Amino acid sequence: MAVSIRTDGEAAGLAPLSNRSATGASWDQPVLLRLVSIALFAGIWEVAGRIPVSFAFPTFSDTVVAFFGLLADGSLATAYLSTLQPLVLGVILSAFLGVGLGTICGLWRTGEWLVIPVFIVLQAAPVAAFIPMVTFVYGIGMTAKTLAVMILALPVIVLNTYKAVRNVNESLLVMCRSFLGTRWQTVTKIILPDASPVIFAGLRLGVAAGFVGVVLAELLITPTGIGDLITFHRSRADYAEMYATIASIIALSTLTLVFLQWVEVRVFRPESRGA
Amino acid sequence: MGATALRNGPSPVPAPIDSIVEVRGISKTYGNVEALRGIDLDFPRGKLTSLLGPSGCGKTTLLKIIAGLIRADGGTVAINGKHVTAPGPERAFVFQDFALMPWATVMRNVAFGLELRGTNKAEREAIARRYIAEVGLAGFEDKYPHQLSGGMRQRVGLARALSVDADVLLLDEPFSAVDEQNRRKFQEDLIRLRTNQNKTFIFVTHSIEEAVYISDRIVLLSPRPGRVSQIIEPEIDRSGDPERIHRDRHYLDTVEEIWQGLKQYVE
Repeated sequence: MAVSIRTDGEAAGLAPLSNRSATGASWDQPVLLRLVSIALFAGIWEVAGRIPVSFAFPTFSDTVVAFFGLLADGSLATAYLSTLQPLVLGVILSAFLGVGLGTICGLWRTGEWLVIPVFIVLQAAPVAAFIPMVTFVYGIGMTAKTLAVMILALPVIVLNTYKAVRNVNESLLVMCRSFLGTRWQTVTKIILPDASPVIFAGLRLGVAAGFVGVVLAELLITPTGIGDLITFHRSRADYAEMYATIASIIALSTLTLVFLQWVEVRVFRPESRGA
Repeated sequence: MGATALRNGPSPVPAPIDSIVEVRGISKTYGNVEALRGIDLDFPRGKLTSLLGPSGCGKTTLLKIIAGLIRADGGTVAINGKHVTAPGPERAFVFQDFALMPWATVMRNVAFGLELRGTNKAEREAIARRYIAEVGLAGFEDKYPHQLSGGMRQRVGLARALSVDADVLLLDEPFSAVDEQNRRKFQEDLIRLRTNQNKTFIFVTHSIEEAVYISDRIVLLSPRPGRVSQIIEPEIDRSGDPERIHRDRHYLDTVEEIWQGLKQYVE
């Protein structure tokens, strides 16, 4: 009786942030269902392109052809080479800094008072407005772009980690203490694993925000990489190429998130694999 | 057989028993609610003592003070003659809500106490495997807690407490979240376990039947403020078929006697 209440409570606590149960279910579903979903989307796109919805809206098939064209002439590879540098650097820095800061704030009151309000404001602010300011201070190079990624990615990672660490299962903490766990053991063996679903939900949102940051930076700071490719094809009215570029970065972002989920289930929460 | 022999030993001389846990003048107040007042208790070595009482009598608080998980406002707790105020290796706790790590297998949960002490993996898993079998969960080593029933989860909790080889096992209403059939089975297993483990058990429960069924000694606590109202040593032969105890005349009489005593606190 009490057992079922506890597990329900746990699931309810996680649901709004990570919807782990929903994604966990689709994980085990046959790949077929997801392929059907993608095919349906492509079909609607094709029809909408043929109507046409707008002269600037290419069909799905044209976009696919354009995508392979971009792959073949190497422009997509060149663009990603320059986009991925600030993106990967920014995301990795945000992940480590964010989880670290969030954990410290969750464990230590003073840290919480110093740091958390800043991130609450940052999360509420229309952060894209900061990007011209970042350019003004740091110029138009790699630093500015990496910072743009971090400004967008960091708040949600810090805040989720902080919340997860703060709301750790009290009874497991008592258990660890009664079996003579040290402070360090409590953090590494109880708090972080217990918090990991919510931390990972934050990481997924943070990584997605990081993609937004890098594209914004390339559209607003300096036309390079993917942002440049989008702008360039738009200016030439090569709409199929423009859409192919946009679709490619969406696909990459999605794949990264799927990979993150895989790591989470594999490494941190093995019990949810078969659940 | 074993139980009778154990009881016959110290019973002719009631006072100077070998007590492993000594509680002196323990008091605890939460806000303006006095949970415990001046508790003096001795827990004899190798016996199972129950703390029994209506809700609000502070039995769990007392258990957690003995465990070192709650600090008392006054008084002392001594284990083997040494004063304690924090958890120690000579005590192990079994939690009402099991407190199992959902991300860890039965094996890792049971071995967790040893893992925290830095015992190497092979050694702690060998020990854990033995106690997993002891509580009847052999074959479930690689399962996760959510794959087990409530009764099985509490067996994991018990195996974890056994595997750190503490002298005193503290059980906080361990069966309250377990269904009735499993509880019966578990109580029988506990009687068997107690005879071959040679450990001291301190057991908190609100069930009179449960307390009489398994205990060598029952400490009755009265509520508001929590105080020791009576100590009962049920004279029940637990050597034979555990089923028989439920029909034993001493068992039934003791249950009735305790109920008459507790009735006044139930509105």
